[in-house]
Amino acid sequence: MNLDKKVKSALFEFLLRMGDDRLILGHRLSEWCGHAPIIEEDIALGNIALDLIGQASAFLSLAAEVDSKGKTDDDLAYFRDETQFKNLQLLEQPNVNFAGTIVRQYFFDVYANLILENLTNSSFKDLAGIAEKCLKENKYHIRHSKQWLLRLGDGTELSNEKSQNAVDKLWRFTNELFEKDDVDKILIEEKIIQETDLLKNLWDDRVLLTLGKAQLNKPIETHDFSHGSRKGFHSEHLGHLLAEMQILARSYPNAKW
Amino acid sequence: MTITEEKIWNILETICDPEIPVLNIVEMGIVRKISIDDTVCRIIVTPTYSGCPAMKTIEDQIIEELLLNGIDSVEVKKTYSPAWTTDWLSDETKIKLREYGIAPPEGTSEEDFFDSILTKNITCPYCKSTNTKLTSEFGSTSCKSLHYCENCLQPFEHLKCI
Repeated sequence: MNLDKKVKSALFEFLLRMGDDRLILGHRLSEWCGHAPIIEEDIALGNIALDLIGQASAFLSLAAEVDSKGKTDDDLAYFRDETQFKNLQLLEQPNVNFAGTIVRQYFFDVYANLILENLTNSSFKDLAGIAEKCLKENKYHIRHSKQWLLRLGDGTELSNEKSQNAVDKLWRFTNELFEKDDVDKILIEEKIIQETDLLKNLWDDRVLLTLGKAQLNKPIETHDFSHGSRKGFHSEHLGHLLAEMQILARSYPNAKW
Repeated sequence: MTITEEKIWNILETICDPEIPVLNIVEMGIVRKISIDDTVCRIIVTPTYSGCPAMKTIEDQIIEELLLNGIDSVEVKKTYSPAWTTDWLSDETKIKLREYGIAPPEGTSEEDFFDSILTKNITCPYCKSTNTKLTSEFGSTSCKSLHYCENCLQPFEHLKCI
């Protein structure tokens, strides 16, 4: 595909956003390995983490290809600094507890579902192909997080309280989910992504419906403090996460085993 | 290159899936396309699941096996489209899986993408009973779920229908 410079750089940015979302959330989920409440869940979270990291690799490899500077997905994952990461702040938030992990996951899974559906119609065939693949996996990720959310919210007093706390703490990170900037506008123009204006309402409808069924409420007072993740602004948690994720690759560049 | 595509397919059929060694990578539908020109042999592969950790091993094995057969210029490329589906498994392949102890996918991805494991009682690969229950949607590899047979009291794995 022959793209002009402006479109190419917007596409590179967009692919980083998609890749970083999955890389950071995949890393967070992988922290559950050996610590999940039951062994089946340990395996489930590990599987989902693996899917997300695989998806990240697909998006970042395509980003590297579009960028054509001879880099790989690994270079992008391990040798960029905090402000160069474009993932949503929601996804770098610590696991806290199982309820917190599930609420964060459900918020993301619904978001990912809407974006991936959108991308399957991309005029950029490589991107549409990756989206089609990810969408298959997203469908069972959603089923997993939704079923847990219903059980935890509509479970015991304690599980409801922990889930409600998580909703209260994480809601503030959701207002920026579909924030549109120049990158999106350029790509919409090129039909690389389709119009995104309606997606936030769809997200709200779906999430609020599930929260209702789970006996959980949207917080009454919401502070919309998260903005600018897509420009590289992050909470304090990302730096710590990257330190752990990147230390081996940075200590021993090009190490092989 | 004097080598034919058919020869390459035959060589690739000798490479087992590292996680389900009873099947080879051609039967699994991982090898999508082979093309040969004067200088290089190009193989297109697709991952079963995005994060399948066996993918790198499979790519390395393809290169190694072809090298052993005197083909030293090989390019392996990954594609994501069309997305891998269990519909590509032939009936013979499904029988092999069952005989190995893994319950094969039932139905097609079109009609019951994944829901089959929630709604159907997957047939036990050991005693053929359908008196079985789902233990977990996630198993030892991305492609499998865990079940339990109430008839022969055996846990078993199932290759999920996607």
